[in-house]
Amino acid sequence: MWNYEKRLQYPVKITQPNAKLAQVIISQFGGPDGELAASMRYLSQRYTMPFHVAGLLTDIGTEELAHMEMISAIVYQLTKDLSMDEIESYGFDKYYVDHTLALWPQSAGGIPFNSCFFQSKGDAITDLTEDMAADGAFP
Amino acid sequence: MNFKMSTEQENMLHDIGVVDFVTVEMTQYLDTHPMDREAIEYFNHYMRMKNQMMRDYANKYGPLSLSVADNSCKEWKWALQPMPWEGGC
Repeated sequence: MWNYEKRLQYPVKITQPNAKLAQVIISQFGGPDGELAASMRYLSQRYTMPFHVAGLLTDIGTEELAHMEMISAIVYQLTKDLSMDEIESYGFDKYYVDHTLALWPQSAGGIPFNSCFFQSKGDAITDLTEDMAADGAFP
Repeated sequence: MNFKMSTEQENMLHDIGVVDFVTVEMTQYLDTHPMDREAIEYFNHYMRMKNQMMRDYANKYGPLSLSVADNSCKEWKWALQPMPWEGGC
């Protein structure tokens, strides 16, 4: 189970709305390597992991949920209280027509969040290798 | 709904964030190094610190978690806390 703390892992205080920027940052929410995919990836893979790794993936997956909340706060604040003129000039109208200013997990290119963004194969090395690719680890 | 915070409240919240980050990272280290006594000491030190800071914050500004949400007042303060994505915290 989970407990919630009513605070962000790091504060988000945006003073200047920018829906153009929001359309890029939203990928870190609902895109293929975003925080929603990251948390679901770890929290799905953990069941078939060796004991200590299962505990680690639980705690990492939990932290990813906190990351998702920060990214969501960024997108929310970047698009808060926009006028129709601003929505059009920022090119945010294509998102707005389906979701208004609500949060909806998608990539920057508009592809909806999909569990095909990650894998869960039941083999520790295979899954950890996929985690490294998704989490931005490069040789 | 917008909530304006005092500098002191902002500072307390910032410090909780710093100390909590230590416990989160130490937890992940200890998941794969459960016999590292030095690391356990380190974790305990910061966890005790965080618990105290969470109680202090709750007494002054209201609870950030249900574990420190108990109060003898007539109002349920947990429900009155601002949502963190509104930019207050």
